[in-house]
Amino acid sequence: MLAYTIKRIGLGLLILIGVMFAMYAAVFIVPGNPARAALGPRATQEMIDRLTREMGLDQPYIIQVYNFFANVLTGNLGIDVMSNRPVAAEIWEVLPNTLILCIAGLGWATLLAIPLGCLAVLKRGSWVDRVASLISVGTISLPYYVVAIYALLIFAVKLNWLPAIGDGEDGDIMSQVQALILPAFAIGFTWVGYLARLVRASMLDVMGEPHIRTARAFGVPEWKIVTKYGLRIALIPTLSLLAVSLGGLISSAVFVEVIFSRPGIGKLVTSAVALRNYPVVMGAVLVMTAIYVTLTIAADLLIARLDPRIRDAFRGA
Amino acid sequence: MPSGALEIVKRVTRDPFGLLGLVLVIIVLGAAIFADVIAPYDPAKIDIINKLQGPSAAHWLGTDQLGRDTLSRIIYGARVAMGIAVFSIGIGAFIGLILGILAGYGPRWLDALLIFFFDSLNAIPLILFALTVIVILGPGTSTLIFVIAVISIPVYGRLVRAQTLSLRRSEFILAEQAMGASLPRIVGIHLLPNVLGPLVILVSMDIPSVVALEAALSYLGLGVKPPTPSWGTILNDGYTSLRSNPALVIAAGIPLVIATLGFTFLGEALRDALDPKLKTRRTP
Repeated sequence: MLAYTIKRIGLGLLILIGVMFAMYAAVFIVPGNPARAALGPRATQEMIDRLTREMGLDQPYIIQVYNFFANVLTGNLGIDVMSNRPVAAEIWEVLPNTLILCIAGLGWATLLAIPLGCLAVLKRGSWVDRVASLISVGTISLPYYVVAIYALLIFAVKLNWLPAIGDGEDGDIMSQVQALILPAFAIGFTWVGYLARLVRASMLDVMGEPHIRTARAFGVPEWKIVTKYGLRIALIPTLSLLAVSLGGLISSAVFVEVIFSRPGIGKLVTSAVALRNYPVVMGAVLVMTAIYVTLTIAADLLIARLDPRIRDAFRGA
Repeated sequence: MPSGALEIVKRVTRDPFGLLGLVLVIIVLGAAIFADVIAPYDPAKIDIINKLQGPSAAHWLGTDQLGRDTLSRIIYGARVAMGIAVFSIGIGAFIGLILGILAGYGPRWLDALLIFFFDSLNAIPLILFALTVIVILGPGTSTLIFVIAVISIPVYGRLVRAQTLSLRRSEFILAEQAMGASLPRIVGIHLLPNVLGPLVILVSMDIPSVVALEAALSYLGLGVKPPTPSWGTILNDGYTSLRSNPALVIAAGIPLVIATLGFTFLGEALRDALDPKLKTRRTP
């Protein structure tokens, strides 16, 4: 287990370094000075020279890369060229908001999708199964941002039940929860179908196993077999596929935050892109990649813990 | 595999959802191809006096904040959406095909290198890659096509590689090699046709997500630039005038719903019709 953990973390770090390196190199592939681009067309040569020096762009490339990595390791992500504040502080302020949104979205989707997948297996081939698979296809293929905007139109604009934008008043939990409902609904929408499909497919694989047959022979009721013996094993492949798709969760958080004007890392990064605010874009992309890599590693380790076969396969290799 | 195209169509339309998908896809493709014939107005024609109107006899879906006809913009938007989908998926599939065959049929070290390349591309969440590229190249249609093409390469490359690997050990390829067939002959005449089938299925299943992605990035102002009518920019216009003219945002969502559901239903029916093995795995 330890060897597997170390190898997995090493691979994650390699990806992170690769992404950082690629991003840093990418800024230099573009013709023109990043400082000039950041300051806009009305900047004087003097301003550009100063920012170039401040950003360390007058140093040799290899020194710049070294400085960049050294800064990142000490938690320094650079200075926002628009607001003059440290990028790390700006990200740190909004990050919890994004995490709450992702957890709430994935949470309600999971709570709905697992029973839906179980039901589809229990009533295999019946109309219940067909309806469940229709819900899955529908939620997967419909763009969630269209659903989000329609929901916003109905519940916030027409009925006026929920706030349309923002993340609620500071210190007022009720308003924060109300502001979370529509964005969380939007972000979880795609995952309902996706998870229900995964649960159903991996459960159907499990249902052919001998221990299920034995349980049936003992006269254990079918619903108990599905929920107690089937689901437990079926959750492992579900979890591993879920880990691969976590990048999608980050992507949808970006769009949802923009639609609902909800402060978060996605909103931060999209407005920075529009202004060509390189330090913020690079810092935010780096933090999001780090979160993504950490989550996938955590999921992989959890799977290895749950499934001895993976652990042993790695030990043998 | 069924021989004729007619047989495939028959199998697809036997499934009610396949039929529905086919009809919706024909509507979208028809709008894209014949946009200049069926659109009632010029999509760029500004008419400030009649701005933000609800649906009427003159403007079936109303007008936007510049008085442009929403229906005409949506119809032209189909052309933009389909154009970007075809170009980006086409480029991605073409490069994926070449790299996949290289990985599957080439030397071991090249395979390892390409697999590493595919994995690293896959490891970056899509939106982060898109944002990084857009901040460097600037938003626009060509950037969008580039982003979508690059992120689809690993998906197609992996599929083609897996197909090539299993084919290269098959008897008919071994026989060709034993008879001294040249490399171009083996790859061009024997590998390629056998790899293309699954690739086409995967490509058709990818269209809805590419359409949704194009609209999403255009919505954020990072994709297709105004005044070119994209479903994403129309949706954003509608969002801006959500309270004064809700008809615009409702109308802007409909083509996205039609296109994504249509291509998904058709893609699933196509897969069931062309690859029965996949079907038995999906619904045993």
